[in-house]
Amino acid sequence: MRLVTALAAGTLSLALSACSAGSLGSSDDEGGGKTEITFLTNNDPSNVKVAEAVIAAFEAKNTDVDVKLDTRPQGSEGDNLVKTRLATGDVADVFEYNSGSLLQALAPQTNLTPVTGEAWVGDLDPTFKQVVSAGADVYGSPWGAIVGGGVFYNKPLYTRLGLQVPKTWAAFMANNAKIKAAGVAPVEQTYSETWTSQILVLADFHNVSAAQPDFAEKYTNNQAKFATTPQALAGFQHLEELKKAGYWNDDYASAKYNEGLNAVAVGTAGHYPMITFGVPALDTAAPGKVNDVGFFALPGDDASRNGVTLWEPSGIYIPKSTEGGELTAAKRFQAFIASPEGCAANASAAPVGGPFAVKTCTLPDTVAPAVKDLSAYVDAGAASPALEFLSPIKGPALEQITVEVGSGIRSAADGAKLYDEDVKKQAQQLGIKGW
Amino acid sequence: MTAIAPAETASRLEDQPGSDRPKAQKSPYPYWFLVPGGLIFTIFFLVPSVMAFYFSLTRWTLFDQEFIGLDNYVQFFREPALASGLWHTIVYAAVTSGLKVVLGMALAVLLTGPILGRGFMRSVAFFPVLVSTIGVGLTFQVLMHPTKGVINQALDLIGITGPAWLVDPDWALLSVALVDVWQGVGLATVIYMAGILSIPGEYFEAAKMDGAGPWHRFRHVTLPLAKPATVSVIILSLIGGMRKFDLIWAMTKGGPGFTSDVMASVVYKQYQAGFYGLSTAGNVVLFLLVIGIVLPLFWFFNRKEDPR
Repeated sequence: MRLVTALAAGTLSLALSACSAGSLGSSDDEGGGKTEITFLTNNDPSNVKVAEAVIAAFEAKNTDVDVKLDTRPQGSEGDNLVKTRLATGDVADVFEYNSGSLLQALAPQTNLTPVTGEAWVGDLDPTFKQVVSAGADVYGSPWGAIVGGGVFYNKPLYTRLGLQVPKTWAAFMANNAKIKAAGVAPVEQTYSETWTSQILVLADFHNVSAAQPDFAEKYTNNQAKFATTPQALAGFQHLEELKKAGYWNDDYASAKYNEGLNAVAVGTAGHYPMITFGVPALDTAAPGKVNDVGFFALPGDDASRNGVTLWEPSGIYIPKSTEGGELTAAKRFQAFIASPEGCAANASAAPVGGPFAVKTCTLPDTVAPAVKDLSAYVDAGAASPALEFLSPIKGPALEQITVEVGSGIRSAADGAKLYDEDVKKQAQQLGIKGW
Repeated sequence: MTAIAPAETASRLEDQPGSDRPKAQKSPYPYWFLVPGGLIFTIFFLVPSVMAFYFSLTRWTLFDQEFIGLDNYVQFFREPALASGLWHTIVYAAVTSGLKVVLGMALAVLLTGPILGRGFMRSVAFFPVLVSTIGVGLTFQVLMHPTKGVINQALDLIGITGPAWLVDPDWALLSVALVDVWQGVGLATVIYMAGILSIPGEYFEAAKMDGAGPWHRFRHVTLPLAKPATVSVIILSLIGGMRKFDLIWAMTKGGPGFTSDVMASVVYKQYQAGFYGLSTAGNVVLFLLVIGIVLPLFWFFNRKEDPR
């Protein structure tokens, strides 16, 4: 589930002007009577910018609260830090952490303050509410926007070659053949940053659940496997098929995420399978080219069920160790983030990669074309949450396995089987029944 | 010089702690003198080690743990990445250790010879040892880039198409091993230099008198008499190679895929994934593996050194 954490890592790469955490929100402690709370989030530079903007907006409205920003590393390292601090009762008063399956690993019932009864909970997108809940209780408010997984494509290239946005895998492959014939790399892959290799499998989940609505449940109960479910195996097969057809960019093994974004924005590659949290980073990777990039859902077999796979934002949680005045202040901060002012503060600090998970928030008109393309799927109801939000189990080695399949080191069937083993380990670790 | 001096020196060289063990002596300190050291040892080393063995028998989430007996070990040995990881670990340790012995010896012979700027050259050979491993890894990651890296661009100039190094599944592990050798060979060289310099000059003189050429002097004087140095280099670099992690993680993260995964990186990834019990079991296995390979080797060399 490094993908969700890569969410943060995705938006990133932007704004290299790192603000040091120490310099933030450090108003004097002398302002007597102020409640001071600490907010812990990841240290990605653009995320820190968003955090600063949200804190400033919150403090402007709540003059009696002083929010101190604290940062932690991104990815698994940061996850471990949060877990360790929670286990020792040493975590910040309010903190940002993954939603979905990774949240379950924090044992929310024992460690977090439930906020089910709060007014803002009613405004939450239902899917988001589900991924910050455990048992019957809700625990978090959304940090950032909902993003979609699929394919970035170069719009000028599509116009030049007269291509249509594909709704089936066959149409996608036909487009690739034409792009290749035009001397452009059809599909960009960037295995130097391994998490990017998983998109073709993970973003294919809408197609899996469209064909088999109960896959997530059966998968959680150890009744459905990637290797033996044709629609689930398809993601791995797509990787294998594209590699065998020679559709990757030449430097796929050493290319980095930013190079991938650049390639699809300037048109040295036709497609780049990615999640729309990459939209803000597009502008850094290829300045001025954001409007040349469109987005479509990963095509499956059935054009009538074409739709997008969604990733929910991470959550803002309050640990049980926060009490008294700090608890009240932390709850106000948490509620502010789920309010239109909170969304606006967020959007003012960094470009957004998709719709907000709060019904009362609206997207600014200036969003990138790729985000508009994504919103069209969401508005049409052609969208499903990614598997990691429907099931607590995601194998940790998927990114290495997809690199192997995409590089031709391992076959698709073998890769899917190996991933099933990986999933089994995770399920046993989580103590899920039936494994 | 009498004939006795070299023999004495030689026997001093071969002195090993095991060959004349000091008699059990009464400690000159009262027992309470041992308390502070003993306390620190117990709290920071003994207790965590024992706990590690215990936690390797549990499914552990930091918040709670469930005793599952030897399941972690069973799981660890079933791990698909393990078999290849184990093999990579052994290949890596053998390659780095072997090259360090050969190159370290060659460099030491050069640097103890009559060459210009010897002191400077000795320092230069040792410099890489002092540089941060992560820094070395990241630098070489740039140098070894398949198209933009200096190494392949230089090879291009002389008409050779270099491999893709770190991103080529067949080359990744070897590439990291070569960088490891570059970084670590300085230490081997220093050990060898000490070994060579402690060989009395009379042996070389005598060999010369008997008409031995440079090769014979190296083969029959330097090599056998520098054997204690060889043993140290082999043992140190084997242990270092088997538990190598930082360089591999900085350069390839075990990739592409699992092609440069070694034991230590397999264990680290399990920690990252939150499989705390499983990875603790992995560390216990790694510990036993290092002991299982190094101890017999140590005994073997020591036995061979003690022919009298």
